[in-house]
Amino acid sequence: MKHYSDLEYLQLSKGKRFGYRVASFFTGIPKALWNFVKKIGNILKNAGLAVANEAKDIVSTFVQGDWKTKVSYLVMGFGCLARGQILRGLLFLLFEAVFIGYMIITGGYYLSMLPSLGKVGPHTEYNAILDVDVPVHGDNSFKILLYGVLTIFFIIAFVYTWRVNVKQNKIAEQILKSGKKLKSGKDDLRSLVDDQFHKTLLALPSIGILIFTVMPIVFMILVAFTNYSSINDGYETNLFHWVGFKNFETIFSWDVGGVNYAATFGEILTWTLLWAFFATFTNYFLGILVAMMINKKGIHLKKVWRTILIMTIAIPQFISLLYVSKMFTLNGLFNGLLLDLGITKQAVDFWGNTDNSGLLARIMVIIINIWIGIPYLMLIATGILMNIPADLYESAKIDGASGWKQFSKITLPYMLFITGPYLLTSFTGNMNNFNVIYLLTGGGPTNAVRSGASGSVGFTDLLITWLFKITTSGSSDKGSEYYLASVIGILVFLVVSIISLIVYGLLPSVKNEEDFQ
Amino acid sequence: MKKKLPLGAIISLILGIIFVLGGCFLLANRFMPEPLWSYNSAYLTDNFLFILFGALAAFIGILLLVYAFSSFKRNNVDNEKMKQHMGMKATSRISNTVIYVLLILISIVWLVPFICIVIQSFRIQPTGMTRYLFENPEAGLKEGLAIKFGFDNYVRLFTQTQFPKWYLNTFIIAIIVAVVQTIIVLCMSYTLSRFRFKLRKPMMQFMLILGMFPGMLSMIILYQVLKDLGLALDNAVPGLILVYVASSGMGYYVSKGFFDTIPKALDEAARIDGATRAQVLYKIILPLSKPIVIYTVLSAFMGPWGDFVFARYISNGRIGAYNVAVGLQSWLATTTMAMENYTMFCAGGVIVAIPIVILFMCLQRYYVEGVTGGAVKG
Repeated sequence: MKHYSDLEYLQLSKGKRFGYRVASFFTGIPKALWNFVKKIGNILKNAGLAVANEAKDIVSTFVQGDWKTKVSYLVMGFGCLARGQILRGLLFLLFEAVFIGYMIITGGYYLSMLPSLGKVGPHTEYNAILDVDVPVHGDNSFKILLYGVLTIFFIIAFVYTWRVNVKQNKIAEQILKSGKKLKSGKDDLRSLVDDQFHKTLLALPSIGILIFTVMPIVFMILVAFTNYSSINDGYETNLFHWVGFKNFETIFSWDVGGVNYAATFGEILTWTLLWAFFATFTNYFLGILVAMMINKKGIHLKKVWRTILIMTIAIPQFISLLYVSKMFTLNGLFNGLLLDLGITKQAVDFWGNTDNSGLLARIMVIIINIWIGIPYLMLIATGILMNIPADLYESAKIDGASGWKQFSKITLPYMLFITGPYLLTSFTGNMNNFNVIYLLTGGGPTNAVRSGASGSVGFTDLLITWLFKITTSGSSDKGSEYYLASVIGILVFLVVSIISLIVYGLLPSVKNEEDFQ
Repeated sequence: MKKKLPLGAIISLILGIIFVLGGCFLLANRFMPEPLWSYNSAYLTDNFLFILFGALAAFIGILLLVYAFSSFKRNNVDNEKMKQHMGMKATSRISNTVIYVLLILISIVWLVPFICIVIQSFRIQPTGMTRYLFENPEAGLKEGLAIKFGFDNYVRLFTQTQFPKWYLNTFIIAIIVAVVQTIIVLCMSYTLSRFRFKLRKPMMQFMLILGMFPGMLSMIILYQVLKDLGLALDNAVPGLILVYVASSGMGYYVSKGFFDTIPKALDEAARIDGATRAQVLYKIILPLSKPIVIYTVLSAFMGPWGDFVFARYISNGRIGAYNVAVGLQSWLATTTMAMENYTMFCAGGVIVAIPIVILFMCLQRYYVEGVTGGAVKG
C-alpha cells in the first residue's frame, strides 16, 4: 500500500481519505503484532542479562567478602548479626528457619507430588475391626496443586530474600570500609515511616493482591491444563491430572462427543464483541447527546435533569435490572402497555426465542443497557464539555460554521481525544459485563443447536456468563467442567489484551499527545 | 427603566397550575374506590396510561411553575438584561422546546420503572407479575382477583422472611469494606502517585495485566480455599469481606489521578520543615483529599449491595449467609416462585434502595467529581 505524506493526504477526496485510513489501520495490525513480539523478545533478553549480572555479583561478593559474609551465604542474617544489626539479622534468620521448617514438614511433599497431582485416589480399604470395606480418602489433588503453587511462590520469595541478604553484606562491608556507622534497628524502624514509607504503605495491599488475585489466577491458568471438574474434584470423587493442551484442543475442535465447541465458542465470541461494540458506542454517543442537551445555553433546571439521571446510578443494579427484565416478560407491564395502546394484538415475548436467533433478546439487552449506561456517560461528558475552550466555538461561529459542523469538527474530536482510553476500558469492561446479561436474560433464550455444550449456552451469553454457567451448573454427565471454564478465562484474557494492545497504540491521545494542548 | 409584567411568565403560571391540578386529579382518581370520572373503552383495560399522563401532566405543570417563578424573580432584578437575554433566546427557542420535550421524555423513561416498583411493592393481591398497575381487567369476572393495596409486603418482609438477616449481612459487609477498602486504596494510590521507586512502573503494568483476567476465574479456587478456612457457606460474610477487601488495591486509578493533581511543592515544603513522609500524608495530603476520600468510601460502600456473583457462589445455597442481591434474586429464580414473591421482591428492592439513594444524593457532588476525574485521566 502506498504511504501518503501529510500534505498528500490532505489533498485526497473524502472517500479516499476514509479508505486510506481504514487500509492503514489494517495494514498497521501486523506491524503492531510484530512490535509486540519484539517487545516480548526484548523483555526476555533483558531478563536474561539481569540474571547473569546478579549471578556474577553473587560470586564476586563471595570471593571478595570477609568470613562474616561467607557464613551469611549459608546462615542468612549472620553477617547482620555479627555486625550489630540485630533486628535485620533476626528477621533474616527467622525467615530462613520458617522456610526450612515449612519445606521439611509440608512443602517438600506437595512439591514432589506436583508433577503427578496425587497418586492414590479415593478407594475402599479393608477394615479389620468392622470386617467390611470402608471408603478411604487418598491424596488431594486440589491441595497438592494449590500448595504446590504456594510452595513455588515461597521458594521464589526465599531466593529473593537470600539475594537481599547477600547484598546487605556487600553494602555493610562497603559502609564499614568507608568508616561510616551502620544503621541500627531503631533507624530501620524509623525509615519505615520516612524514606521507606512506600514499603509500609504497599505491604498490606500487595499481600492482598498476591494471595487473592495473583495466586488464584496462576492456579486457574494451571487448571486449564488439568481435568479438574466436579466429577474429578481431586479428593471426594477422583483425582485429577495434567492433560497438557487437550482442553484447548477441545475448545477449538469441531466434534467432541457430538458437540461442536469451536462453533459454540466462535458464536459466543462474535456476540461478545458485537455486544461490547454496541454497548460501548450507543452509550457513548447518546450519553454525549444527553449531556449536550442538558448543558445547552438557555435550558433551565439543569440540576433537575441531571439529578433524575444520577438517581438511577444510586439504585443497586440488581434491583433495576431484575425489575426491568420482569417488565418485559410476557406478563410484564410493558406488554400490558403495548396491548392497551393497541400496538400489538398479542403479548410480545421479548426474552423468548421467537425467530430462533435470539435477535429480539439481543436488541433488548442493548437497549436496556443504554438505559443503564447513559447516566454515567452524561456525567463524564458534562465534565469534559465544560472544559472545551469556548474560543474554539466562537471562532467557528465567526467563520460561519453550522451547529452540526461545530459538533463534528470540535466537540466530537475533542471528546474522542480525551476519552479514548476510557472508551477502550469500557469496551473491555463491557466484554466482561456479567451483571447486565445475567440479571436481564440469564444468557437466554437457549440456543437449541448448541445445547450439547457444557453450561447450556444461550443467545445472549457472553464468554463471561458462559464461564459462570459452566462453573455453576455445567453439563449433566460431566459435571462442572472447571478446566473448560479456565480455558475460556484464558481466552478472554487473550482477546482483551490483544484488543487493548492494538487499540492503545492507535489511540490519538497516545499518538499525538499535543493535539489539543 | 419601566417594569413590564412578563406575559410568558403569567401564561406559564396559569398553565402550570392547571397542569398540576389536572395531573393530581388523574392520579388521585385512580386510587379512589369509586372514580369521580370513569371511562369506557374496549382497549384501555388498564390505567397505566392514565397514571402516565397524570404524572406527566403534573410534572410538566411543576416545571412550568418553576419557570414562571424564576422569570418573575429575574424580571424584578433587571428588566433590561432580560430583554437582551430573550432576544438571544428567540433564535433558539424552537430547538430549546424540542430539547425540553426530549428531556421530559427521557426523565419519564428513566423514572417510570422506579415509580412502578414502588407502586407494585404496595400491592398485596395478586402477588405475582401482572400487566397492569392498578386495575385488574378480569376483576369483574372473578371476585378473588380483585386488586388490593397495603403494607403487608413490608410487614411480611420483616417478619416472615430471612430478609432482615440478608440486610444485616450486607450492611456489615458494606461498612467494613468501606472502611478497609478506603484505607487500602488510599495507601496504594498515594504511594504510586508520590513515591518513585524501582518497582513502581512494573507494579502498575503488572496490575494492568492482572485486571484483564476475568475476575470470575478466581471464584472457583477462592471458594475452595475459603471453604477450607471455614469462611464459606454459612460463614460467607467474613469470607466475602476478605475477598472484597483483599483485591481492592487494584482499583487505585481514580484516587491516584486525584493525588497527581496536588502540587508536589507542598510535600517538599513540609519535608524541608522536617516532617516525615508519614506526617506529610496525615497532615498535608489527607486534609486536602476530602473529596476523593468520600468518593472512595461511597463507591466501596455501594459495591457490596450490588454484588451478586461472588456472594452467590460463596454462600452456595445457605440462605442465612445470603446478601440482599442473592436473596432477592432467589425469590424470582423460577416462574412459580416469582408468582408468589414478585411484589415482595419489589418491597425488598425499595427498602434496599432508599438508604443508598439518600446517601448517594447527599454525597452526589463527590461522586460526580470522582467519576469525571477518573474518566478524563484514563
